[in-house]
Amino acid sequence: MGRLQTITRRSFLVGSMAVGGGVAFGTYLAQRPLPNPLETAAVDGEVTFNPWVLISPEKVTLITPHADKGQGVASSQAALIAEELDIEFGQFEISFGRPNPAYYNTALADESLPFMSTDTSLVAESMRSVLGGVMKILGMQSTGGSTSMTDSFHKLRYAGAVARETLKLAASQQSGVPVDQLKTKDGAVHMPDGSSLAYTELAGRAADIEPVERVALRDPSEWRLIGKPMQRLDIVGKSTGTIVYGIDAQVDGMLHVTVMINPCKGGPVKSIDDSAAKDMRGVNSIMPVTGGVAVIADNTWRAFQAANAIKIDWGSAPYPDEQDDHWKAVAQSFTEDRLDETWRNDGDVSAAKGETVEAEYRSPYVAHQPLEPMNAIVLVTNAGVEVWTGHQMPLFLQQQVAAVTGHTADQVIFHNHYIGGSFGHRLEFDYLKQAAEIANAMRGTPIKMTYTREVDFAQDFPRHISMARGRSTIEDGKITSIDLQIAAPSVIGSQMGRLGLNVPGPDSQISAGAWNNPYSLENFRMRAYRTPELGPTSSWRAVGAPGAGFFFDSFLDETIHAAGADPMEERIRLMDHDVSRKVLEAAAEMSDWGAPLEPNQGKGVAFVESFGVPTAEVVQVTNTNWGIKIDKVWVACDVGTLIDPVNFENLVQGGVIFGLGHAMNCQITYSKGMAEQTNYHDHEGMRIWQTPEIIVRGLENGDKVRGIGEPPVPPAAPALANAIFAATGTRLREMPFNKFIEFV
Amino acid sequence: MKLTVNGNEHDVDVEDDMPLLWVLRDELKLTGTKYGCGIAQCGACTVHMDGTAVRSCQVAAASADGSDVTTIEGLGTPATMHAVQEAWVEHQVAQCGYCQSGQIMQAASLLFENPEPNDEDIDIVMGGNLCRCGTYPRIRAAVHAAAKKLQEV
Repeated sequence: MGRLQTITRRSFLVGSMAVGGGVAFGTYLAQRPLPNPLETAAVDGEVTFNPWVLISPEKVTLITPHADKGQGVASSQAALIAEELDIEFGQFEISFGRPNPAYYNTALADESLPFMSTDTSLVAESMRSVLGGVMKILGMQSTGGSTSMTDSFHKLRYAGAVARETLKLAASQQSGVPVDQLKTKDGAVHMPDGSSLAYTELAGRAADIEPVERVALRDPSEWRLIGKPMQRLDIVGKSTGTIVYGIDAQVDGMLHVTVMINPCKGGPVKSIDDSAAKDMRGVNSIMPVTGGVAVIADNTWRAFQAANAIKIDWGSAPYPDEQDDHWKAVAQSFTEDRLDETWRNDGDVSAAKGETVEAEYRSPYVAHQPLEPMNAIVLVTNAGVEVWTGHQMPLFLQQQVAAVTGHTADQVIFHNHYIGGSFGHRLEFDYLKQAAEIANAMRGTPIKMTYTREVDFAQDFPRHISMARGRSTIEDGKITSIDLQIAAPSVIGSQMGRLGLNVPGPDSQISAGAWNNPYSLENFRMRAYRTPELGPTSSWRAVGAPGAGFFFDSFLDETIHAAGADPMEERIRLMDHDVSRKVLEAAAEMSDWGAPLEPNQGKGVAFVESFGVPTAEVVQVTNTNWGIKIDKVWVACDVGTLIDPVNFENLVQGGVIFGLGHAMNCQITYSKGMAEQTNYHDHEGMRIWQTPEIIVRGLENGDKVRGIGEPPVPPAAPALANAIFAATGTRLREMPFNKFIEFV
Repeated sequence: MKLTVNGNEHDVDVEDDMPLLWVLRDELKLTGTKYGCGIAQCGACTVHMDGTAVRSCQVAAASADGSDVTTIEGLGTPATMHAVQEAWVEHQVAQCGYCQSGQIMQAASLLFENPEPNDEDIDIVMGGNLCRCGTYPRIRAAVHAAAKKLQEV
């Protein structure tokens, strides 16, 4: 627990006066004693301090604690505060803040629960509220699960409103004008006579008064920022090379470091021969580090060169050496004793009549590989630790680093940065622990550790592999049952296990994207089986849904085709959730579903709900002499409320490209315990010349604000496979598809 | 050796075979140019050498000796952006943004060679620049917009 939680609001305000000469506003999200599950408004009761607005005589600073790894949440968070605070982009600065339990993520708990996102029953909402409280206690300030907007939407607007009303009260006291005659605009309080007081001028007085806590949030019809195109705060910096990512940070006196770590992940080091490396130019020292060896030099390239000159005899991996054995372990998991959970058991699949359809599917290991390689600057002194990097879990970062250096977590100062992509990689800690270990051995000297791309590939914890077996029945042109089984190692178990946390109960991610689609099938069984841990795995963009969504939707498509029904019409007919049905109907309308195509063309539709966002995608392909060409994609999804339509479109298009590209040509395979793919040439993703036109429509029928970082990814692969089937008659049941067909 | 970067001459004491990328980043502290793959597979390190786009991870320092090197910082600044950078801002291309320095340098070079590229021209020339976030549709649109801007100048 950080210090802020234990001191009072009052003492914080006084404290920030003393330190910064300004005023800090928080919001007081109260929780009545459970079980009042639907409480979201601020009321009296137990309080936590959530500081998001800091005003000094010089400037207004908005704190945007959710990490920005490209999804634009720094801007979106600021917009939510600014909407109520009546301040414009350009009139404030932002800060990523310091790790603090006050920034707990209330929304992340939703996805770990055994309730469908479309289930808004009292029981489901109650459980979400309880787990939100657990998150608070754990202090799990984290960015993930496409939850930043869900978590922030109410509390950041409220933070802005509290600050605004308190500033008005301060202005009233200063000017003698009653509060109800004051207006706020452009970062200032305006008087009826036309004069104004800037928020910065009011900082000192505002700090001396009790914050106004009972404020009403504005009606959406009054929004001037939310729902309108915004210029992202980072866009100029990212277009001029001036944004500082963790890898660009500079600390006086720092040395450049790289590591070689056993590519048989978790395996021992048998011997190290650094004789050819230690006298190379620029090499300061070479030292062992957990799992491998580190080179400390005066330049990153010199460190890379020396690392490559070290001869190391690696011990073997604690998981099967060969990929075939990984698949065998998964294939052998469809047994009663490996049953993790029966997620759906609607009707009685064993009693269903009709012709049988059977199929088996596979989803491979896939790497994260954001373009900014893993890196961190760490400075360890006897008094404490400073870390400069980008990360999605600041509080765990403090704990993990402190455990290496022997400090306490609150002695670790973390400077978060804009992140050059993550896709889940920046939820991991190994690279940080290595950097902390090296810096701890060199106390007083800051070190900047950078992975080579090859080490990044070798040390990546990929998306889990998984398999599915489906059996369905059809009769009289209709589906009479679907019985789907999915087996996979638990990615949540692997990831949390590295943090020393044991997550009890079933892993919903083994079959996320399959069991939770709101179809009404007369007989539907969905069973998940847990394969004992193989290689280490980690959350990859959308976690379980890209694999399980591919399985479920592809098998649904096969069954619909076998029944002789129309893939779009049948999905719409079976859909038992209004918001989701509208998404499918929009995709049908946008793509002119049913319009005649050339003989070598085909359209496929897929629908997957993930992170509470129902998403339908239609892909159109042409089967050319040079392979499959993706012509066009149409996407409809529902996030409840669009925060920024331009950023939304960009994220949806990017998510589709990410989903398609990895389905086309990406996999990680093991040989001799090592990933065989070493760089982008053999794990490429999509290139611009393969990129189709992508038409996006965001619907706003859902009752909750949802994030869009992940949901566009899962339907992409099944929509592509379904389109290829429509164009060629070939059913692809395993990713990556380029194992079986050519793409233009 | 002497390197001219963004119009400034620098004396650098590095090995002949140190890639220009690392001279820029670690010796000259010009960090707008990014390390992505080190093997010319991603294009994040793209800079101009005597006006031509090159992958700076594949250019030995010695071969840049005597050349005019332009990095993203030299193309334009936040206050005085190049037309390509303006188009990138207006089309809000970047997500994580890590590849965009390289994309912009490649696009500027493309437009110098071919002031009116069609989509196919763009796809061919920009095909070596990887964007893991998938901003390609906006890159295409921004290149077209930059082409118009440059013709209006």
